[in-house]
Amino acid sequence: MAQVLVRAERDAVKRRALLARTIFLLPGLSYITIFMLIPLGFIFFYTFLTRGTYGGVEYIFTLENYTRALDSLYIQILIESILIAASATLLALLIGFPAAYAITKLSSNWQNIFLLLIVLPFWTNFLIRTYAWIVLLNTQGFLNKGLINIGVIDQPLELLYKPGAVILGLLYAYLPLMILPIYSALVRIDPAMREAAINLGASPAQAFRQVTLPLALPGVLVGSIFVFVPSVGNFIVPELLGGGKTVMVGNLIRDQFLKARDWPFGSVLAICMVVMLLLLFFIQARVNKSVLGEKNG
Amino acid sequence: MGSKLGWLKLPLYGVLLFLYLPIAVLIFMSFNQSDAPFTWSGFSTRWYGELLASPEILIGFKNTLLVAIVATLLAVILGTLLAVGLARYQRSAALEAIALTPAIFPDLALAIGLLTLFTNLNYALGLDSVIISHALFCAAFVTAIVRGRLHQLDSSLEQAAADLGDTTVGTFFRITLPSIKPAVIAGALLSFTLSLDEFVIAFFTNGPSTPTLPIVIYSMVRFGVSPEINALATLVLLTSALIIIIAQRNLKVKDQI
Repeated sequence: MAQVLVRAERDAVKRRALLARTIFLLPGLSYITIFMLIPLGFIFFYTFLTRGTYGGVEYIFTLENYTRALDSLYIQILIESILIAASATLLALLIGFPAAYAITKLSSNWQNIFLLLIVLPFWTNFLIRTYAWIVLLNTQGFLNKGLINIGVIDQPLELLYKPGAVILGLLYAYLPLMILPIYSALVRIDPAMREAAINLGASPAQAFRQVTLPLALPGVLVGSIFVFVPSVGNFIVPELLGGGKTVMVGNLIRDQFLKARDWPFGSVLAICMVVMLLLLFFIQARVNKSVLGEKNG
Repeated sequence: MGSKLGWLKLPLYGVLLFLYLPIAVLIFMSFNQSDAPFTWSGFSTRWYGELLASPEILIGFKNTLLVAIVATLLAVILGTLLAVGLARYQRSAALEAIALTPAIFPDLALAIGLLTLFTNLNYALGLDSVIISHALFCAAFVTAIVRGRLHQLDSSLEQAAADLGDTTVGTFFRITLPSIKPAVIAGALLSFTLSLDEFVIAFFTNGPSTPTLPIVIYSMVRFGVSPEINALATLVLLTSALIIIIAQRNLKVKDQI
């Protein structure tokens, strides 16, 4: 009798848990499945199909899209995209790390204020923030006028429509994404660890190099990925600040889908991009694990 | 506050100058009197008036507002439920990763996926397809924020309610929802601005006759600088900034990381 009651109770608990999971998880997970996972499956499937005459696809199996992506023209664009995105990421790290470090030295109240000031532009309109640089860097723009007025130059500089302008635009757009994770890694470091190093005879510089820097590494990696990922697939900055002269893989994908109407080839490019990014996330997870493992062990 | 910083002031203030200088110049130029985009010729608010006279911009604004409101409603429901489910009923790193992916995945990859899906379903592109698409990534941001809040909260009250015989739905409305309300509001505000400003996904999933405001802005900035864009840009920037500051009052910046 008691056994039956216990079992009935256990079943009720199980049913309740199942019901809860259905109510809470089913809507969101189905939504993500229908509108993200299945579409990504489509994209992957498309890479093996033939382009349709008026966009779309024809269901004729081929590997031609992949061999076409190996053409030196496209490899070159891919390499250039990676170089541009990597430059933006490196610059963001060089500028962002000291800034994040500086914030950790402030009082808690000021930390919150400065963090808000740094994220605020990030949450505003991306197109407009990119456009603002055209206003600033144009040959008749503010920067050129200012430089001429103070006599540094006498002819306006052509600052826009160069790879450098694209790197600058990407740096500007995603710098906050570098600073936040580095900051959050830095504030989590127990000050006692640094003090211990100094008590054991390390100079402040040594303590920084051997204690702070390694423990900040997970934040640096997350920040780098957060800057690199949206940079490499970006097509707005190359178009607006690169003047269409700098073609990145994002421009190429956009054009295959909206202009050339070669969806299978666009899909191959998109899958290449996604695979590269997944690889980065995988590396980040491994490094993260090894750093945290050392700390605990 | 600054005395402790020493040489670190340079990178900190440098970053702020870098982040705000272009925006400041843009706002300044929006009050320029003449239509010469680069020469200052006196203060005027005429370009703000011109905005109201442009039917293109007004239609874009109306479309964007509709998309942002409906997408936010959808995102808040989906995201909050998902966060509660993941924090209280099914701890799973894999499911959590899937739930947050739409927020960090490249927008271009999401956009072509959605375009492909709608095309395959023969679903006519328009504001409804933009709403569906925006709710996808907005929900992931809501999930992240609400989940962060739930992890800080003790679940013992919820367990007590369940032990005393409250239903799952009852516990949610009586215990869980009131305690995560600030995070839900912050998530909603964030969703709203994200949708308001989103361009790439809207560009791919929108029909030709219903441009959202960022699409209107895109078609304008491609033709170069004009004082009218400066005025519009100023309004859009200030709106987003204001909403984010309000959202921030419900949430510390640190929780967003």
